[in-house]
Amino acid sequence: MNKDANIELDVQDQKLIKKFLKDTTLFLGPDPEIMRDHRIMPRTETEERCMDEYTDLNQIASIRDRLQSACEEGFEMVEQMGAAPGAKWGDIITGIYSASGDLTIGSAGGVLIFSALVHHPIKFIIKNWIDEETVGVNEGDGFIHNDSRYGNVHNTDQSMILPVFHEGKLICWAASTVHEGECGAIEPGGMPTMAETSFDEGLKMSPFKVVENYKIKRDLLTFLQNSVREPKLQYEDMKVKLFACMRLEQRIKEVFASEGPDALTACLRYTNESVVEEVRRRISGWPDMTVRTHTIMDSTLRENALIKMNLTLVKKGDRLIFDFSGSSPEFTNRAINTQLPGMKGMVGQAFMNHIWPDLPRGQAGLSPVEFKTTLGSIVDCTYAAPNSQSLMSIFHSFTVAQHATAKILYSAPEKFTRVLAPWHNMINTFIWGGVNQHGETLGNLCADLNGMGGGARMDRDGEHALSPIFATMADIGEQEMNEEDVPFLQLVSKKMTMDTQAPGKYRGGMGYTQIASTKDSDAWGFMTSCQGSKAPTIQGLFGGYAAGAMPLCRVSGTDVYDVMLNDPQRMRHSIPEIMNEQPFENAIYTTQHLGLGFEISKRGELYMISQGSGGGYGDLLERDPALVIMDIEESLISPDWAKKLYKVVFDEKTLAVDEAATKKMRDEYREQRKKQGVPYAEFVKKHVRDIPPDDVPFYGSWNGNNEQVYCGSNDDLRDANNPGANYMINPKDVRIGELEKELEVVRKKAGIVATNNRT
Amino acid sequence: MKVLMTEYLRIDLDSENWECRVCDHTVGPARGNYKEGLLVYKRDPEDIHPSVIDPEKYNFTFCPDKDWVSIYEFYCPSCATQVEVEYTFPGHMPLYDMEVDVDALKEQWSTREELTEPTTGPNVLVDRTHGHNH
Ligand SMILES: [Zn+2]
Repeated sequence: MNKDANIELDVQDQKLIKKFLKDTTLFLGPDPEIMRDHRIMPRTETEERCMDEYTDLNQIASIRDRLQSACEEGFEMVEQMGAAPGAKWGDIITGIYSASGDLTIGSAGGVLIFSALVHHPIKFIIKNWIDEETVGVNEGDGFIHNDSRYGNVHNTDQSMILPVFHEGKLICWAASTVHEGECGAIEPGGMPTMAETSFDEGLKMSPFKVVENYKIKRDLLTFLQNSVREPKLQYEDMKVKLFACMRLEQRIKEVFASEGPDALTACLRYTNESVVEEVRRRISGWPDMTVRTHTIMDSTLRENALIKMNLTLVKKGDRLIFDFSGSSPEFTNRAINTQLPGMKGMVGQAFMNHIWPDLPRGQAGLSPVEFKTTLGSIVDCTYAAPNSQSLMSIFHSFTVAQHATAKILYSAPEKFTRVLAPWHNMINTFIWGGVNQHGETLGNLCADLNGMGGGARMDRDGEHALSPIFATMADIGEQEMNEEDVPFLQLVSKKMTMDTQAPGKYRGGMGYTQIASTKDSDAWGFMTSCQGSKAPTIQGLFGGYAAGAMPLCRVSGTDVYDVMLNDPQRMRHSIPEIMNEQPFENAIYTTQHLGLGFEISKRGELYMISQGSGGGYGDLLERDPALVIMDIEESLISPDWAKKLYKVVFDEKTLAVDEAATKKMRDEYREQRKKQGVPYAEFVKKHVRDIPPDDVPFYGSWNGNNEQVYCGSNDDLRDANNPGANYMINPKDVRIGELEKELEVVRKKAGIVATNNRT
Repeated sequence: MKVLMTEYLRIDLDSENWECRVCDHTVGPARGNYKEGLLVYKRDPEDIHPSVIDPEKYNFTFCPDKDWVSIYEFYCPSCATQVEVEYTFPGHMPLYDMEVDVDALKEQWSTREELTEPTTGPNVLVDRTHGHNH
């Protein structure tokens, strides 16, 4: 047999084996070939032909603009009609995908990462359902999806996906995604921190057909409604997303009519390819260097732990490589892990929000960027690990990406945005649920999560409570409107939390205080899910500081509504006044970390939190005294603290700055720095340890050795490339163990024999 | 030619050194870690992030916990400008944060004009204090 014949036989064998495997696959789980690839698909023959035919860039641009405005229209529809609180504040998106499934255009408003991950389920549908005789993909079909393991941030986001046909031929896809909130998980609201396995996370929708002939199939709908706490919301938003997709389809078909379907195909492909080319050009203009950074994750949301998010960013020529080696192993029974695409999508969001906002909001911007991760790490968790609180790890991925790119960007002459310090990265908000004042069961969260403080920029302060890191435009909602549906008030809100700024030459944008209290329900509760109560979650930039820590403060054992009615002068309107003055008699005042598992609240108890500040930029001694005074006037910083921190001398009554005295004070402080600072080598000798702290559980690599990771103790050092499972003990069992030990000691002392000694 | 690398540091491509942009002090070799030429101080978090609520009464006070985070400050030894701040794990080695390929930098800037101020990107917002734009 000659060589060619051999190859021919090989090809036939492979085809046969492939068919055999496909026919005998018992479960179409998440497909690594799809899930581990964030790049745009190779150019197809059809795309090639269309691009040859349609070369007029004006026509391409005009089609792209029409598709863009179609996406805006779809976005508006979902925002106006959506029932989920998330829809009302813009935690949604609509997008158009190529025939192969690549996201090409996303709406300007909303959460790009949603769309940037929906290409995975579309590619799953293309690969598995088009030729599947029991499913098929036809005009008028709609597919639903939420399981993050098939491509999603977390299971609380649900997508509707519609194929768009022209004369029976699939041309492209339209999709809409909403942060729905409730999804039938172990806790209400859709983002359970108590999830210990993926089965605690509620609905697990792999992509399936739920719409035929543009109508939602009632049997499947009922099944979904029966699986969640908010059946009406489930129905309403499925309809809203379907209608948004249908409007997109209508606009796309108008383009078919005037320009032809091939022109649209050429437009989608040309857009994606030209973005890839442009991104490579932009990266080439950056300096070749390696940047290292990390952030501290101080909690699994169940217990405090010292968890490392580690990034080595390598830029060489037109390559940009995000290497997350040395980051913590996954927590196999905690919810803070992320699937790999979630992390990549969030890094993509960093580029689209803060580095290249001028590029079309699609998948192509991230396509040329490379990633290195370990399966089984916190940024690339295994199939079995829960990830309902993946926001924790993906937000830290965002921050290290933002911090590292800023250090590369500074010297590049061509910039498209200001260089800026990291944004605040935690969702400091209340997630709530229970039975409301109208007897309905609800589970969702406050839109205040969208008010993250902006990072300081290279020439100005950061903006307060501006936008979440996952969207450039989103709303913080109207609490008064929410109160029609929820049985609690925000007694204090939209009031900046004084003395919590991230200092610098330019300070970070600050966050506001939220004080919530249940009023008209006995079955209503809250949870919070943030890190950063022990250690800041971000970094500052070029000598600027991060923001401080953010606790949860509580007052129980009292009813402040009674206090406000009977003794109103006792009421206080800030966290420090309430916690330091303790104005309510017999009340219990406590603090804890921001990983509060869902618990039922009592009428008139206070839950108090604050959003965090974005990072500061530059040396605080260079801060313009006029800006310091302006912050005092705006109650962002107290006069005493301003003087101590920024070394500014001013008249306490008039706030007039004494320039000479300020200069003197700052010069003196510079001299003090020279005294307190020690040479690098001496510092390392004195402060650096060969191993992590002994008394705090640490997870991740130490001192730059990214080949090995610690896993909770200095006796547990693992191969970073194969860290294995990492199980945590239930905090209640930890506490019971501690108490049993104490009890044993007490019993021994008292000579009491335990009544039950059986094991 | 000199390339502005950060708010406070530049690289002199001819002498191949990191330099302080505030006082022109030579910090160290551009092929090495600039931090090795700076003074370092381990900052008490309470100095920067005050306990907004009483630390005598509460465990969590808005001030970071010293056992969970260290703040390293890096100063220019000549003018004491705070060049960099690092939030890190207690006892962790300072990061070698900017490892520059100096040969590639020389090659890249051989066709560029020297900049004495960094570019900022397009202006999209009126500044409420300064008024000037680059
Ligand atoms: Zn200097």
